[in-house]
Amino acid sequence: MLLKVENVHKSFNVEVLKGISLEVNKGDVVAILGPSGSGKTTLLRCINFLEKAEQGTLTFDDVTYDLATISKKDINNIRKKTAFVFQNYNLFLNKTVLQNVTEGLIIGRGMDKNKAREIAVAALKRVGMDNRLDAFPSQLSGGQQQRVAIARALATDPEIIYFDEPTSALDPELIGEVLNVMRDLAEDGMTMLVVTHEMNFARNVSSKIVFMDEGEVIETADPETFFENPKEERAKTFVQGIISARN
Amino acid sequence: MTQRVLEILINAFWRILLPGIKVTLPLTFFSFALAFVISVIVALIQYADVKILKQICRFYIWFIRGTPLLVQLYVVYYGLPQIGIKLEAVPAAILTFGFNEGAYMAESMRGALEAVPKGQIEAGYCVGMSYLQIIRRIVLPQALRTAFPSLSNSLISMVKGTSLASVITITEMFRQAQIINAIYYEPLWLYLEAAMFYLLFCSVITLIQRAGEKKLSTYGGVK
Ligand SMILES: Nc1ncnc2c1ncn2[C@@H]1O[C@H](COP(=O)(O)OP(=O)(O)OP(=O)(O)O)[C@@H](O)[C@H]1O
Ligand SMILES: [Mg+2]
Repeated sequence: MLLKVENVHKSFNVEVLKGISLEVNKGDVVAILGPSGSGKTTLLRCINFLEKAEQGTLTFDDVTYDLATISKKDINNIRKKTAFVFQNYNLFLNKTVLQNVTEGLIIGRGMDKNKAREIAVAALKRVGMDNRLDAFPSQLSGGQQQRVAIARALATDPEIIYFDEPTSALDPELIGEVLNVMRDLAEDGMTMLVVTHEMNFARNVSSKIVFMDEGEVIETADPETFFENPKEERAKTFVQGIISARN
Repeated sequence: MTQRVLEILINAFWRILLPGIKVTLPLTFFSFALAFVISVIVALIQYADVKILKQICRFYIWFIRGTPLLVQLYVVYYGLPQIGIKLEAVPAAILTFGFNEGAYMAESMRGALEAVPKGQIEAGYCVGMSYLQIIRRIVLPQALRTAFPSLSNSLISMVKGTSLASVITITEMFRQAQIINAIYYEPLWLYLEAAMFYLLFCSVITLIQRAGEKKLSTYGGVK
């Protein structure tokens, strides 16, 4: 087991995470599904310390930390082994494609410039963006920006990548190129925790579904079971909703 | 304009321009440099929400913006000696102009910092950068770019503002024009001549600003 969170609580005025627990094994692609406002983004942000959970534990590489009291040093150490892909890319707007990827290596990790460049180019190649090294984010389409963001994540050689709806800010015709990159990563054995509304991706690529609603995990299942034969009432309604939306 | 006036103006040309180059421009340069440093520090303290220091910065801005520059100059040059702080005229002017314009520039800088999309800070954390690294390499460069036009405006207003240094005995362009006028009494033409030099300096800065803005453009030229 690579990552385990237990009993995560988080409130903004009202409680939005009401004791969430989940596990991710090495090589897993876990898809977090759920209606809008159910707390999926908040959960990912708590796991990567972009929000502070009031309660809960996180076990990473067999060390357990208390989310409410974890030290800055531990946060930095864990962050160096994880990566985050945001819904709206969050590329560094004053940096080129190449610099966006090398920044975390050279500045964050003190890596030698030539080595960083080598790694960055390889990562950009993996997402098909190695032909735009000197472009600025504002010169790229959303899909291209998101692929650069994925390369930025890959370059740091993370043990797990968190994705928060990586395709939902994209025009429909650009979604495919990003999902294809993610599918390739999954096939290469990358561990991923993915919040998504892309049901085909969840169904065909993920190894596990975690269904959330109103700040709770309602059902955890393999994709086949979840989509064909969900147990919980709310999961059934959710799956029904998807099917009827498609028809 | 009579032959006499023309001769006075020609004769005064270098006599006014020279203190312009030797006094007005250096005064502007050093005051602006000071103001720039102050503004970046004050803006960053507020942006990063540093307790106590932030209160001090707000007080500083409140005080400067609520009092006239002329009064500030008098306080620093004529007032401070009463409590044992004696400054030469030029350092007094540089300090006053620097702290004065610094307050206004700090507000523009703060606005520019706030305008940098926050998600980039989180992305910086996620790739292992520290807060200071993110500020220095990601946020500040973008904010400086955004603030560039308003900083240029501050520079222009500072060129003109240095004429106030005449009241604390500094012979910059305007005071020199006054001195010459005391001899010939041609206030209209002599002060217009001084005005023309200010106009010249400000126009040059505006040209440089335009060129600079083109050159910097936004990263990648789009936005
Ligand atoms: N910074 C915040 N301040 C206040 N409330 C917040 C904040 N972030 C999220 N919330 C609230 O927490 C709840 C969960 O939000 P969250 O963004 O985690 O949902 P989500 O499952 O990611 O939804 P979506 O599918 O729309 O992205 C929502 O009711 C939201 O309004
Ligand atoms: Mg969300």
